Amino acid sequence: MSVDWYPLWNSLRIAAISCVLVFFLGIFFAYYAAKLPRMIKGILDVFLTLPMVLPPTVCGYFLLLIFGVKRPLGIFLLQFGVKFVMTWYGGVLAAAVVAFPLMYRTARGAFESFDKTLAYSGQTLGLSNTYIFWRVRMPACRQGILAGTVLAFARALGEYGATSMLIGYTPGRTATISTTVYQLWRTNDEAGALFWVLINLAISTVVLLTVNMLEARQKKAVAK
Amino acid sequence: MSLQVTIQKQLGSFLLDVDFEAENEVTCLLGASGCGKSMTLKCIAGIEKPDAGHIELDGRVLFDSETGINLPPQKRQVGYLFQNYALFPNMTVRQNILCGLSREKDRSVKEQRLADMLRLMQLNGLENHKPHQLSGGQQQRVALARILVSDPQVLLLDEPFSALDGHLRDALKIELRDLLERYGHEVLMVTHDRTEAYNMSSRIAVMHEGRLLTVQPTKALFADPGSVPAAVLTGCKNIAGARKLDAHTVDVPQWGVQLEVAQEVKDDLKAVGIRAHYFNPNAARNRFPVSYVEEMEEPFETIIQFRYIGQDPDSPPIWWRLAKDRRPGQFPGELGIAPANVLLLYE
Repeated sequence: MSVDWYPLWNSLRIAAISCVLVFFLGIFFAYYAAKLPRMIKGILDVFLTLPMVLPPTVCGYFLLLIFGVKRPLGIFLLQFGVKFVMTWYGGVLAAAVVAFPLMYRTARGAFESFDKTLAYSGQTLGLSNTYIFWRVRMPACRQGILAGTVLAFARALGEYGATSMLIGYTPGRTATISTTVYQLWRTNDEAGALFWVLINLAISTVVLLTVNMLEARQKKAVAK
Repeated sequence: MSLQVTIQKQLGSFLLDVDFEAENEVTCLLGASGCGKSMTLKCIAGIEKPDAGHIELDGRVLFDSETGINLPPQKRQVGYLFQNYALFPNMTVRQNILCGLSREKDRSVKEQRLADMLRLMQLNGLENHKPHQLSGGQQQRVALARILVSDPQVLLLDEPFSALDGHLRDALKIELRDLLERYGHEVLMVTHDRTEAYNMSSRIAVMHEGRLLTVQPTKALFADPGSVPAAVLTGCKNIAGARKLDAHTVDVPQWGVQLEVAQEVKDDLKAVGIRAHYFNPNAARNRFPVSYVEEMEEPFETIIQFRYIGQDPDSPPIWWRLAKDRRPGQFPGELGIAPANVLLLYE
């Protein structure tokens, strides 16, 4: 039997690209949200966390509302040949929106527990804020940021609701592992569905094992 | 070389309002926890921003609310030793100290100054250790090394000994005191520990709820604290409300005694203080009958609590502290106090 590996490739690139996006955006918002006045921070926080608690289909609905080809922004983007509906990179958008809060919240938690005197002492020593951020703050928050990244990647890989709303299921074009599992199941191809379920299980297991190994190695390095 | 500080800043329930100068010496801000002394250091370093005021270091304006000057901490050349030393945990001793040399661009100069500092602070052999592998004293030396290589014009020490075990503390105090003498710039140290303040500083500024009560040479302050908070902070155990009777006599109703004092009493006297060490069964002056309450032994001293016979029963007992070998076999019926040892407290 010849297997169409497209869903695997598509899922991995969607998860990887959205994970990179979410990594930087999540850290950016986590870092700057912490500095905002409490009132604005509270409002922004609710807004940024909503995708985590809303059903993914509702996120997909909003994405369609904004990026639909008959909506102003959708029409505008179409002039540049950019279309998020029914394209694989629309999947990146959907996965990123849904995975973002996981990165944002874990990074924020890590930043909040960061010992501020480390940053202050860096400043009084004359180190630039950029240096302090990348060489002091980020290493100190490495655990939390790593955890957030993995969660975001895993969530992006497993995204179904918003993805199916925004990009649907077109074999060879927008199909991902999760939409393929549903499609095959729906069309009574139980063996096919099981095959992709096992693929998904394998990837998730590898990701989690890698993380655990990294953490163990780090703990060992610290304990030395 | 001088540091001038005028700061106002609202801190929760009280206003931080300090105004002082420091010059080529070790000045100590002595105050209870939460009195605003650490905040004062943070304002000088540029980590916190005062609501109003003016901070000037060797003629350079670091902060001025009227002209809107507010230099970032990076440009202030103010060294700040944090209570927990704030060493970067992910970096080695060498990398940590190099962080203090970030302004120096010449590589060979950097290496030279690093090597000099490692030798000065006796850190040779520890270059590649991470902070968590060091003892408390070594961590303090690394933190100081990192600050001193950055060539600060003033050194701020925030409770420098609080993270150390007792037996290490005294040795490090002597080490740090000698180092600060060689350093030759202003040092501003914050502590709530009167012994530390006494050991380390030539001048003490007493802070109470955001205000500076007094700035005095260390020994003068301990000899005559002048106010109730300063008396408490310098370790005076016996304080009671008092009023003036005449130029050299005060009435202490709580203790039921009238005391003769050496200093001339001013009209606005609020209280008197007597240090626990100064009672004497053989003193001829201010001698009153007392009754024994209880005592507590320390390794080399005894603290005896007693009451004057006419003392208000609701007032706390009075402390008498003396070396064990000087403890009389039988508790004396009367205790005296030299008039010079009665502290007059006005605020």
